[in-house]
Parts: sequence; C-alpha cells; structure tokens
Amino acid sequence: MVPISWYLALSAVLFAIGVTGVLVRRNLIVIFMAIELMLNAVNLSFVALARQLGSVDGQVVVFFVMVVAAAEAAVGLAIIIAAFRSRPTVFADEFTLLKG
Amino acid sequence: MGSLAFAILAVLLVASALTVVVHPNPVKSAMALVVALFLLAVTFVLLEAHMIAALQVIVYAGAIMVLFLFVIMLLSLERENPEAQPHPPTGLRVVAWMGGGVLAAELCWLLVRQPLPPPAQAAADYGSAQAVARSLYTDFLLPFELTSILLLVAVVGAVILAQRRRP
Repeated sequence: MVPISWYLALSAVLFAIGVTGVLVRRNLIVIFMAIELMLNAVNLSFVALARQLGSVDGQVVVFFVMVVAAAEAAVGLAIIIAAFRSRPTVFADEFTLLKG
Repeated sequence: MGSLAFAILAVLLVASALTVVVHPNPVKSAMALVVALFLLAVTFVLLEAHMIAALQVIVYAGAIMVLFLFVIMLLSLERENPEAQPHPPTGLRVVAWMGGGVLAAELCWLLVRQPLPPPAQAAADYGSAQAVARSLYTDFLLPFELTSILLLVAVVGAVILAQRRRP
C-alpha cells in the first residue's frame, strides 16, 4: 500500500492550488470553484487519515463536509446571480460598494 | 502496482486542478473541475472509502457541478472574450503563485513529518455503506439531524436570494 503521507502531500498540493486560484483569478465563479477544490483537498486528507487509523469517523466527517459544500454552492451561486442582477458582471473588481 | 496507480492519479489530479485555476474559459474550468472530482473519487476507492467515493460522484461531480454549469450558462459567460477578462497585476500574480508554492511546500513538510501510528488493519466491511451508516446514525446522529436544518435553510436562502425583486 502507498504510504499515507503521499496522500497527505497530494492533498496539501491541491489545497495550495485552490488558494492560489482564489488569489490570481477575478471571475467570481472560478474563485468559487477554487474554494470547492480546497474543500475537496481537505476531504482527501480526512479519508487518508481515516484509512490510516482504520476508523470510519473521518469518512463521516467527509459526508458532513459534502453537505455543507452543497449548501454553500446553492447559496453562493444564488448570491452570484443576485450580484449579476444588480451589476451585469462576474468580476470581483467591479463590486466596490463595500470599499471604504 | 498501487504506487503506479497513485502516481498516475496524482499527476492527473494536479494537472486538472491547475487547469481549473488557469483556464480563461469558465466552462472549461468547470469541466476540469469535474475531471478533478472524478479522479478524487478514484483516489477514495484506493483508500477503501467506497461509500464516500460513490457520494463524491453523485453529489459533487453530479449535483454541485450541474449547479455550477447551470449558473455559467444562465449568465452566458462563455460568450465573453477570454482576453477581455480582468486579471490582477502581473507582479501580484507572480507573488500569489510563489505564495502558493511556499504554502504547498510548508503543508507538505508539516504533514509528512507528522508522526503517524502504523497503518491499522481495516475491517472487512471498512468504508461500506453499512459501516459508514452505522457510525452516522449512532455516534453522529445529532450532527446528521442538524444537517437537515442546514439544507432547509440553504434552500430557502437560495430561493430568496435569487428571486427577482418586485419594485
């Protein structure tokens, strides 16, 4: 079997790619997809450590993360649609209402 | 055999994740994300989390990604000129990529040097729907019931947020 630390390293790389995506993109939907990528990277480390410990508790936590991600996707995309109505763009730089 | 499968999976996963982040067309970003989520499901199978792998395909690669594509199509973003998309200044992007690299190296270092217990022998039904459900409906019953409230609130919130304002 592949050592579990390889899976942890893979999840770390995926998480870093997600963080970088949030920083380098200005498209709200792509930023949102990068956040999903980060959630999935964390899920991978949960599953890997659950396997290492021989317990299914980590998998149950992944189940809850998926539920929260589904709720987050529904609400987040609704917010993007509402923002698009008020200003027909999806680029984060255009939304400056809260800028001091 | 296991290492080879893992190596192929890891390369494909990182490649598809990078495609999500760098591709100028949001539809193709979404397709790359579908590929990444499928590959993660395969990785879960390698880790003997069969139930979670099935959920990953159904919920993530199925339901959530359909929602994403639906919104992209609804806002008809694919017609926008990819070159016209605003980007942060080049210097900022270079710093962001370097910061991402440092973060990846730090997280790898932190996670890999962590002393772990020796791998446990998995039970025969490890990762099956039965095993996950047993834990879910006994030890995690209260959080499980709370997720139903969370989903209800999310549905109501999404409908209220996305509906058209009547003047």
